[in-house]
Amino acid sequence: MGSAISELPAHRTPLADAAETGLKIVVVGGFGVGKTTLVRSVSEIRPLNTEEVMTEAGVGIDETSGVAAKSTTTVAFDFGRISLNDTMVLYLFGAPGQKRFWFLWDRLFSGTLGAVVLVDTRRMDDSWYAIDRLEHHGTPFVVAVNRFDDDANHHSLDEIRQALALPDHVPMLDCDARVRQSGKDVLITLVDHVYTLATAQEATP
Amino acid sequence: MTRKPVDTGAPDRLYTVTNGRSSVDDTLDLVTLIVAECQPTTGMQSEHSRILTLCRHPTSVVEISAELELPITVVRILLADLLDTGRITARHPPVNPSLPDPALLKEVLHGLRNL
Repeated sequence: MGSAISELPAHRTPLADAAETGLKIVVVGGFGVGKTTLVRSVSEIRPLNTEEVMTEAGVGIDETSGVAAKSTTTVAFDFGRISLNDTMVLYLFGAPGQKRFWFLWDRLFSGTLGAVVLVDTRRMDDSWYAIDRLEHHGTPFVVAVNRFDDDANHHSLDEIRQALALPDHVPMLDCDARVRQSGKDVLITLVDHVYTLATAQEATP
Repeated sequence: MTRKPVDTGAPDRLYTVTNGRSSVDDTLDLVTLIVAECQPTTGMQSEHSRILTLCRHPTSVVEISAELELPITVVRILLADLLDTGRITARHPPVNPSLPDPALLKEVLHGLRNL
């Protein structure tokens, strides 16, 4: 356990037979920001990869007969898995931040507990679009800053919050996506945040 | 984690797998857990047979997709066939109107802290 970069079994271990509730958390970020690394550090399986394809003509329409030229959207994503107990299993999805991904958000990630926006301070521009879309979708999220060793001008979290024009109520934290404990802390911060929002909502009639 | 997208150059294969169907059963979430209710039989379409083998233990839709190297949409169609004939059952995730149930979140937190 602890800080070591964990070695995962080559074969996918099956879930417990009592497993009945699948949950999901999405990690969004630009290319190379460490999404897969974060998923890998907390996952009990070696991250798997899959994709969704859809034809744009099919968006929101129940039609199967169209023969006109359609453009196809393909979104590939990684995921890992955490068995929380005998019955609950949490899936962690690493998803790209670009536009064609948001096009499929409702199809793939509706019902997510929340999202982690993983930020690389050397390329903060990549995060704006993701933050904007999550706010638009009303998805609870936290911002985790993946600290890279060669980050020369170490910006503080306050500076990054300002640069991203991030509201005060959105939790932010530093992380090292390679370290299991750090990855766990990111997930706990997110679920804690969603819990606070959910209990506040329950309190208001 | 790169792999050649299955649709590249061979979209026809996906239509063969699904018998030409392209509509989607949206009731199957990525994290819906699928459980086989019978053994694969001879003469069964190979994808169906692989799904039944894979789902001897509960397996999520997204894991089936990754294992079969087929897009989610295609897997949903294959699963719908098996569901219709009672050869698999589906354990659906909770549906949240807006925010998840606090009691559920508490359980998630407990699980994460104990990792």
